[in-house]
Amino acid sequence: MSNTATLIDNLKAEFQLEGNSALKSIKQTAWNTFETLGFPTVKNEEFKYTNFIPATKSNFTLQAKNSISLADFNSIELVKEEANVLVFVNGIFNTKLSNIISSKEEVYIATLAEALTDSKEEALITQHFAQYSNNISDAFTALSTALAKDGVYIHVAPNKVVSKPIVLYFIADTYTEEVFSQPRNLFIFDKNSQATIVESFTSFGNKVSFNNIVTEITVAKDAIIDYYKIQNENEKAYHVGTTQVNQKGNSVFNAVTVTLNGAIVRNNLNVVLDEEHVEANLFGLFLPSGNTHVDNHTIVDHAKPHCNSNELYKGVLDGKSTGVFNGKIFVRKDAQKTNAFQSNKSILLSDEATINTKPQLEIFADDVKCSHGATSGQLDAESLFYLRSRGLSEKSAKAMLVYAFASDVLSNIKIESLKLNLEHKIAEKLAVN
Amino acid sequence: MSEVNILEEITSSEYKYGFETKIENEAAPMGLSEDIVRYISAKKNEPEWMLAWRLKAYKHWLTLKEPTWQNVHYPKINFQDIIYYSAPVQKKTINSLDEIDPELRATFEKLGISLNEQKRLTGVAVDAVIDSVSIATTYREKLGELGIIFCSMSEAVHDHPELIKKYLGSVVPATDNYYAALNSAVFSDGSFCYIPKGVRSPMELSTYFRINAANTGQFERTLIVAEEGSYVSYLEGCTAPMRDENQLHAAVVEIVAEAKSEVKYSTVQNWYPGDKNGKGGIYNFVTKRGICAGDSAKISWTQVETGSAITWKYPSVILKGDNSVGEFYSVAVTNNMQQADTGTKMIHLGNNTKSRIVSKGISAGRSHNSYRGLVKVSKKAKNARNYSQCDSLLMGDQCGAHTFPYIEVGNSSAQIEHEATTSKIGEDQIFYCNQRGIDTENAVALIVNGYCKEVLNKLPMEFAVEAQKLLAISLEGSVG
Repeated sequence: MSNTATLIDNLKAEFQLEGNSALKSIKQTAWNTFETLGFPTVKNEEFKYTNFIPATKSNFTLQAKNSISLADFNSIELVKEEANVLVFVNGIFNTKLSNIISSKEEVYIATLAEALTDSKEEALITQHFAQYSNNISDAFTALSTALAKDGVYIHVAPNKVVSKPIVLYFIADTYTEEVFSQPRNLFIFDKNSQATIVESFTSFGNKVSFNNIVTEITVAKDAIIDYYKIQNENEKAYHVGTTQVNQKGNSVFNAVTVTLNGAIVRNNLNVVLDEEHVEANLFGLFLPSGNTHVDNHTIVDHAKPHCNSNELYKGVLDGKSTGVFNGKIFVRKDAQKTNAFQSNKSILLSDEATINTKPQLEIFADDVKCSHGATSGQLDAESLFYLRSRGLSEKSAKAMLVYAFASDVLSNIKIESLKLNLEHKIAEKLAVN
Repeated sequence: MSEVNILEEITSSEYKYGFETKIENEAAPMGLSEDIVRYISAKKNEPEWMLAWRLKAYKHWLTLKEPTWQNVHYPKINFQDIIYYSAPVQKKTINSLDEIDPELRATFEKLGISLNEQKRLTGVAVDAVIDSVSIATTYREKLGELGIIFCSMSEAVHDHPELIKKYLGSVVPATDNYYAALNSAVFSDGSFCYIPKGVRSPMELSTYFRINAANTGQFERTLIVAEEGSYVSYLEGCTAPMRDENQLHAAVVEIVAEAKSEVKYSTVQNWYPGDKNGKGGIYNFVTKRGICAGDSAKISWTQVETGSAITWKYPSVILKGDNSVGEFYSVAVTNNMQQADTGTKMIHLGNNTKSRIVSKGISAGRSHNSYRGLVKVSKKAKNARNYSQCDSLLMGDQCGAHTFPYIEVGNSSAQIEHEATTSKIGEDQIFYCNQRGIDTENAVALIVNGYCKEVLNKLPMEFAVEAQKLLAISLEGSVG
């Protein structure tokens, strides 16, 4: 058992200033911020229900090893269609397991470190890196910015459609050691481009892992982006994932976040609707069981008028699991004609499960339509009876109702094999096949 | 009249209830110290145990820090700049209404609550509180026949010490929060109400608070105890004269509802909101909490908040008894530079408990209106049911509406629903009224009254009429 201060010392030893002077300065500021803030405690309103402090007391190694085999990888592959595959083990890029099939003209895909060696991309990275994420009050993001080393860099040029999905696997290898990894991604989608991105998080072994990942996405005018985040790690995996999106005029951003397993999982999804006529659709599904704690924080920031946002998060909680949903909607002054809708529905399957919901609207403009709804309940007794009376076992009747409940979210996944795969995993979780 | 004219006319009109009664005041020296606490206690001729209770609260208050998490902004309060006790000087104890200082009674008449009138026409027993000391309690004898105790807190301390000892601080402990601790240390007076077992109060009980002398903080303490199977409806109304400096009001209201009893608490708050630039006005930092201590008890809070520069309060219900019910109905209107951060807490502890929250916020001018609420279902509370609805109406593009609902569910049998919407008054609605000869100002008042109907309906008759008028007055000048 180690303590939090040791972890911070070890992280400090990792802290090196690399890259050009602009990046150096960003990293130095971020590190100073992290040192001032420290890891957030439950006294921090944003972490009121989620405590990562015990997790920081593990004896983490920051020098990752890699013992993931091709067989291991095949067992967790999510997408069966032809796709660009990038694999990171403990935050380090794995060339052997990765495979990029789209042409260089269609999309520039590289690790962040590699892209920095290309002067054209370096300029773009300098322009966008850490410009959207919260490096002022979010300690985890500041830490990621300061220690950013490896991760995925994607750049789609104007008017290009990336026909094959880009699938990113982040694997924690805890066969021998407790690992702490911090991949850092930057996706730049130029005007009128289109792409589909999948981020998958899994782990092997039965030791503790801590994953602090930040993905920054900038979506230019008229671009259409589908983004999926699938999280399914082991019972000792701590996960803080922050996705920060900045959308320009007429662009569309669709996100589906599915959380299946882990120790404490925190998903931050923040979208800034930065120009007029932007559309953002955020869907989420979390199915924790056992002692898993899942915390979904979303911020939809309507900065400009005439934008639409739509949010639906659903939770099914079993065992002693805890769920948290905190959805903020900001409508800035002058962001008139805004439509912002948010809904959070949860089902508690067991008496020991808990859900804490905090929807939050902050509105500074008057000509808007905003609403949020939150419900918490159990499976409908009448529906259960209906199914039972037709000969279904209690287990499969329940599973069927949960499946129907979840399908509102899953139906938004456009990659067929990914959707089937998830449906299969949910069935497995509910112990019906 | 053009919109600009309406705006000018209204915003320049002064606070309707802004007058100061010239009554000789007996006030404590400015500031807060242990001596002041002793001074207040001595002035009120209190027994030793009461003083000890106050001092304990004061000592705890010294260890606390002023809270800052609320969504309101104001300059730091200097607690040494406040007079903590001020009582109108009186010659002797009063036996009948006629003996009351005529000027004081004129004040009430200006407010439209002539005691005589009320006595004859409405049958409301009024316990009028001016600057914290209860002047006269009407209808006491009539209530006394039924065993109902309705008197000022200072009298209750003398006449019913066993009840006060048992219940005071039982719902809102002296250590509960910063302002509750302050109130416990320096509360000057308030109302005490006790409804014995099985008694249904034949009339609505009412207190009328007014902050009069300059620089006095008003610290009342209200305690309502409803024994098994009893019923009471309690009204509280507030106004304050016009002042430039901000006045602090930190009251505590406690309600204990035993098995099968029902307590209805209605507030109409119309304290001076400050002028259109945000100068002056009351800081209204109040702790209100009720406990459904027995099975099948019911507590219902209804509030219409139109005044105060800053309103910051969360009337709450602890649903401890099985099958108990908590309700919260609120209309909060903010105009000009007013700020409100209000809502409720429903804590479900017993089985089959139900709660219902209906909150309507209306923001105009450059004001900010927040709803902050908590619905908590504890692990052992089976079949809890909650329905919450909080709607916000925005008028003008300078104001803000915010909602911060917290929902914590620890039991799978709970059914919780929460809904919130934000919108503005539709142009088509205004047009419809205009077409029928109703000018825009009146149309807005009409629409707002319709919007708040769900809550206004919960108010007792006389209050509902007053509240409707208040809504219209508060929103004057917000059109455009």
